[in-house]
Amino acid sequence: MNGAIEPIVGRYVHAGIGGENHRIYFEENGAGIPLVCLHTAGSDGRQWRHLLTDEELARHFRIIAFDMPWHGKSNPPESWDGAEYRLTTARYAETILAFCRALKLDKPVVMGCSIGGRIVLNLAIEQPRQFRALIGLEAADFQAPWYDTSWLNRPDVHGGEVCAALVSGLIAPQSPQAARAETLWCYKQGGPGVFKGDLYFYRVDGDLRGRVEGIDTAACPIYLLTGEYDFSCTPEDTVRTAAAIKGAHVTVMEQLGHFPMSENPAQFRRYIAPVLDQIRNHSKSDKQKVG
Amino acid sequence: MRMTVSSASDIAVAETFAGIPAMLGRAPDLVVRGRMLSCECLLGPIDHPFHVSIRDGVIVDMTPAPVLMRSWRFAFRASSAAWMEYWQPMPRPGWHDLLALTKRKEAILEGDLHPFMTHLQYFKDLLALPRSHRGEAA
Repeated sequence: MNGAIEPIVGRYVHAGIGGENHRIYFEENGAGIPLVCLHTAGSDGRQWRHLLTDEELARHFRIIAFDMPWHGKSNPPESWDGAEYRLTTARYAETILAFCRALKLDKPVVMGCSIGGRIVLNLAIEQPRQFRALIGLEAADFQAPWYDTSWLNRPDVHGGEVCAALVSGLIAPQSPQAARAETLWCYKQGGPGVFKGDLYFYRVDGDLRGRVEGIDTAACPIYLLTGEYDFSCTPEDTVRTAAAIKGAHVTVMEQLGHFPMSENPAQFRRYIAPVLDQIRNHSKSDKQKVG
Repeated sequence: MRMTVSSASDIAVAETFAGIPAMLGRAPDLVVRGRMLSCECLLGPIDHPFHVSIRDGVIVDMTPAPVLMRSWRFAFRASSAAWMEYWQPMPRPGWHDLLALTKRKEAILEGDLHPFMTHLQYFKDLLALPRSHRGEAA
């Protein structure tokens, strides 16, 4: 298809985070309910490119994916002096809220995967009324660690190769080869120590055990979907988490792993389209009630 | 006999392992990926592993353990059931990756992990070679 141009538009927005200006790269397509998509640790917004170009979904949603600072085309802030990057719960939540404010989004839906799924639970605990709905992919209140993150950033091990090789096993074996390779490519391109720094939030700073019980799904509906091949955040982890949240919707996705939106976009669509339809219908009925 | 095996699945796993060097010989891209790797390691079933000598990505020797005073840098050993599952053409969830096996305690990873981690994808793919060669290896 020589000359075909995709409908995705990429731009930079400036947002104040931690008292400092950050230049955040984001891509978007569509019109309607704002749907903000959060990438996994150590990757970037390209993971969402198939969702962004979904014609049917783009008719009803303004689909937006941004690169977290240090990731993709969002550089570290100007004040960065080379110190080790570490993502904290507070900084992650602040970044998402600052991005949504900068784009003046009205009660967006936020969908995050992996660390993005974990922070969605945080948002549900602390800021539920700011969001129309929250979707956590590969999300749980906690999951058992399965490797030592110090291997991710040391001078005698190739960071890109080891990061990609570690997460390669989280992709379902049914995933198309090209989609698998593209998912891993983002990991091979990450900056040194960025994947490890993201996992500080996941492993050290983001344990939500004993806190998710307080989530009020009447204030903000929450949907949790996890791939059956994800052995990092297992289906059991997600089902346990959902069981503690009254009114949470939970789905175990077949033939998918830890990166559903990029490792097998067609299979992921079978699961996410009905969730987005439900959110849209819920949003419509809310409007009618107000009217 | 230097090696004792106790069940049909142990024998099948040992036989399949013995075929891996030849399978690697028919996977030139994988050898290229391991071109900077030379090490001694212990791979295979938990009770009956093999001493594997790798030079420039090629397996130049594979001998059933134990070998008197033979040293190794790292070991990856798994139950026979785990290897049989790992080698399925479409493995089941939780049995499809070497580190999924260690997480579910069906495999043990020990020793100096540096060569394993610098060539993690190489070892994952090397040990998955029987997936596409089950017919000829069995």
